[in-house]
Amino acid sequence: MAGMAGRMSTVIKSKISKLLDKAEDPGETLDYSYQKQLESLQGVKKGIADVVTAKKRLGMQASKLEQSVVKLDTQARQALAAGNEELARTALERKQIAQTELQSLDQQVAELQSQQERLTESEKRLRVKIESFRTKKEVIKAQYSAAEAQVRISEAATGVGEEMADVGLAMQRAIDKTENMKARADAVEELEAAGTFEDLTQLGSGQDDIDRELAALGAGGMVDDELAKMKAELGQGSAPAAPAELESGEDKP
Amino acid sequence: MIVRIMGEGQYRLSEDCVGRVNELDNAVVKAVESDDEDGFHAAFEEMLDVIRSEGEHLDDADIETSDVIVPPPDTSMVEAAAEFSGDGLIPD
Repeated sequence: MAGMAGRMSTVIKSKISKLLDKAEDPGETLDYSYQKQLESLQGVKKGIADVVTAKKRLGMQASKLEQSVVKLDTQARQALAAGNEELARTALERKQIAQTELQSLDQQVAELQSQQERLTESEKRLRVKIESFRTKKEVIKAQYSAAEAQVRISEAATGVGEEMADVGLAMQRAIDKTENMKARADAVEELEAAGTFEDLTQLGSGQDDIDRELAALGAGGMVDDELAKMKAELGQGSAPAAPAELESGEDKP
Repeated sequence: MIVRIMGEGQYRLSEDCVGRVNELDNAVVKAVESDDEDGFHAAFEEMLDVIRSEGEHLDDADIETSDVIVPPPDTSMVEAAAEFSGDGLIPD
């Protein structure tokens, strides 16, 4: 087995073995280890529920943002039709932010969906294994002397323990991902709180934050393009033109 | 030999097949060490393919301890690298 020490699978196997050794208490009864398995199953169910909750929260934010995108687009059109290009530009800039956030939220919702599916599969595997352990435990107890039964059931408990460690890791990864997404959801909420997606006629403070966010997104170019397109649709000026030409027409709605 | 793909389940593999898996595992480690992302994915995915196609999938109700445990299929190279530095998916 020379060279084995460097293998990925070996590193993982030894880590899991250590984890199981740590969890194992020789003094504990066999029924107690079954109880612990059931608790672990409950933990997985709770983990799945947490992922579902996070997914719902992001989904709700996404539908709010969708509404904002429509609203800001309408406002930009109205502003442009009324000859207020500056307001139209601001509306489009915010629409751009909303769209960028929306795209990222949609991706995250999809990611959480697949986490949920994977955890559900893991939960099912663990549930089947624990049920099998329960049956096996009773059979072994009936067939063997107490001492031998103890050994055999311990082996089986280790097998189930490995499954629990596997599911535990899947849960931890799901929780980490969910935490990252919570941070993202909080950031979107801050943008909302700053009035980024609000009615533009009621603009308050917080403008500086929004401008900073815009700069970070580098959304300027896309906004220019969209503004030119919208102008063309409204029959103002020529078809999508170079930014230089747009600027010259800025004060002349 | 029993091989577990984390997050997926266990497979029963022949000794020959485990030899092949070990070779690919070495390739995975080499790729991680030389920061070769494409090499990592190629070797890791082939390793998973060998286990899935050559191995016999164990029933969920079977209770067996694995001889070999490989990380989840969606493991990134960064996660795999962290595993070797002792601060990976599984706590020490």
